[in-house]
Amino acid sequence: MNTQFWVVQAFNGISYGALLFLVGAGLSLIFGVMRIVNLSHGSYFLLGGYVALSVIGTTGSWLLSIPIATLTIAVVGLIMERLFLRPEGHAKLVRDAVIALGTALVIRLLIGPILPRLLPGQIGAIIQVTLVVIVLAIPIFLLLQRISAVAIEADLLRQVLMTVGFAFLFQQAALDIWGGNNFDIQPPSALTQSLVIGDIYLPLYRLFMIVGALVIGIALWLAMEKTRMGAAVRATVDDAQMARGVGIDTNKISMLIFALGAGMAALGGVIGGAFLGVYPGLDFEMLPIAFAVVIIGGMGSLGGAAIGALLVGLADNFGKALFPELAYFTLYAPMVLILAIKPTGLFGRD
Amino acid sequence: MGTQNFKIAVVVVSLLALLIVVPYCNSFVVLLATRAMVFAILAMSLDILLGFTGLPSLGQAAYFGVGAYLTAILANNYGFGLKWDFWLMIPIGMAVGGVLAAFFGLFAIRATGTYFLMITLALGQCVWGLAYRWNSMTGGDNGITMKGGRPQFGFDLSNHINFFYLTFAFFAATLLALYVLVRSPFGKSLLGIRERELRMRILGYNVWLHKYVAFIIAGAFGGLSGVLWAHANGIVTPETLVLTTSVDALLMTVLGGAGTLVGGAIGSAIVFGLREYVSTLVPWWQYVLGGVYVLTILYLPTGLMGIPERIKQWRNSQKKHETAKMASAPS
Repeated sequence: MNTQFWVVQAFNGISYGALLFLVGAGLSLIFGVMRIVNLSHGSYFLLGGYVALSVIGTTGSWLLSIPIATLTIAVVGLIMERLFLRPEGHAKLVRDAVIALGTALVIRLLIGPILPRLLPGQIGAIIQVTLVVIVLAIPIFLLLQRISAVAIEADLLRQVLMTVGFAFLFQQAALDIWGGNNFDIQPPSALTQSLVIGDIYLPLYRLFMIVGALVIGIALWLAMEKTRMGAAVRATVDDAQMARGVGIDTNKISMLIFALGAGMAALGGVIGGAFLGVYPGLDFEMLPIAFAVVIIGGMGSLGGAAIGALLVGLADNFGKALFPELAYFTLYAPMVLILAIKPTGLFGRD
Repeated sequence: MGTQNFKIAVVVVSLLALLIVVPYCNSFVVLLATRAMVFAILAMSLDILLGFTGLPSLGQAAYFGVGAYLTAILANNYGFGLKWDFWLMIPIGMAVGGVLAAFFGLFAIRATGTYFLMITLALGQCVWGLAYRWNSMTGGDNGITMKGGRPQFGFDLSNHINFFYLTFAFFAATLLALYVLVRSPFGKSLLGIRERELRMRILGYNVWLHKYVAFIIAGAFGGLSGVLWAHANGIVTPETLVLTTSVDALLMTVLGGAGTLVGGAIGSAIVFGLREYVSTLVPWWQYVLGGVYVLTILYLPTGLMGIPERIKQWRNSQKKHETAKMASAPS
């Protein structure tokens, strides 16, 4: 245990913290604005990594994969938020239609082996499937219209389970599209070198992560503190009802923040894919760690997420190096203590 | 009261049907039913918190896992619990679940809403972290295989049907015990806390203590289900403790109907049926599971057990509608 050990571990911890900041900041803002405990946040992280893999596979450009993965998953988050978490007006009809089509598709696939040819003749398989699904979907849609859906906005538990349901759907979709193998995202060779200071090797990629997270963090902080939009977001975090009262469109804010959070998690997935890998199950591994970040820092606070990410990153690295058998315990026990002593987190506002 | 007796009769008849029909099915169904009943015990223990006290816990797998790991460690390292002393393992497992819940409850009970969700999640993750990394004790990622097989004490539990009977007995006993509990004055106070905590506090009830005791009871039955799971599954891995196990238990309870006890059992049967059965048919069973989550959350606010009530309400409203039409029509 010499200085070198401590420097390298601290460096690794800080750079892991930089990654965690990307995941945690979005989760924290989503909670602050919408009061939603989003259990599909880990899925955005994983899907971001997968989308980046596809982009790299087709274009060969790592740099291009970052904005594409971020934007794609931001749109996925946006659709999920608009249709399922905060549906308004016509969005409810679209949601019911989507559910009806999905259910019909599952039913068609389930009865497929039993009734291989529902429609005889020359009709091709795709047309046949489409026809059967549409025929099945119409009564389901009408039925769903009769049963009024529950408004889940005010129900904590229902929101949680809804997001878990999506996490399972995303997991299966990822498995179907990208298979069950472990992948690594190869960063450009310029970033794979190391910075040598004395006898300490610091991987350039990890330095890049720290700088990247700093830039994004400062940009977000400026946006939150200096722009009108940021002020509206902060007002919504503090008191959504009051914010609506003074004419802030909290609906739009929640939409934007949800997309932003999903996009940032996906960005984390791309960046983290280089040393965590991209593999099935990563989503539910990342999720509780992201919650540890949010809880320790305090829900709804950007600065809190930064401090939380740093602490969790360090605790994770030193825990694994110093007490390998207690590694995850040293991560979650502080989370319990902070919740028990100061439930709003180190920097949370209540 | 009549409807209550009717409901009890339906439950008893269904239980008897289960007991009689399942042993004649193939071993796949027997195993499936056994596992579903073990999880039903876990879901019912969670229902005490969620349905009757209004505490949505995201960490119920902790007690389940602790019971399972303790059973596996004692059996493998000390040969304990594999003969008649299996009957000692049951109270030991419940005690460990209860003691763990008593410790965790000190942290968790004060929290409400999101914070309760988060703190139970963190507590559950603490236990998972220990199981996952404490290699010398828990076998780490590989878990512990039950080398000694299932207990034998004249009644050979390695026979799947015998083990089904045993699990059934514990399942029915848990259902009965928890039913008695929720019908007791204590259970009524829990309902009061769920409905309006402040009022109960003003009436002089020690709300914290009520929640705390409910938390311990839920933990104890979680431990019981863990003991059974270790023997049902034959291997105990950190998978038993992951967040998704806790979440599954929540879904089972909500799907069947929170606050009904039986709902947890129905939900467990459906989730297990879907997972184990559909996964043998098609590789994409998780779409079905995810779909069940979304549909339950959006369209079944009171769970499957609430459907008769909803149909009744709907019919009544239709009738009212008709009578209103008749009254307004010119005679």
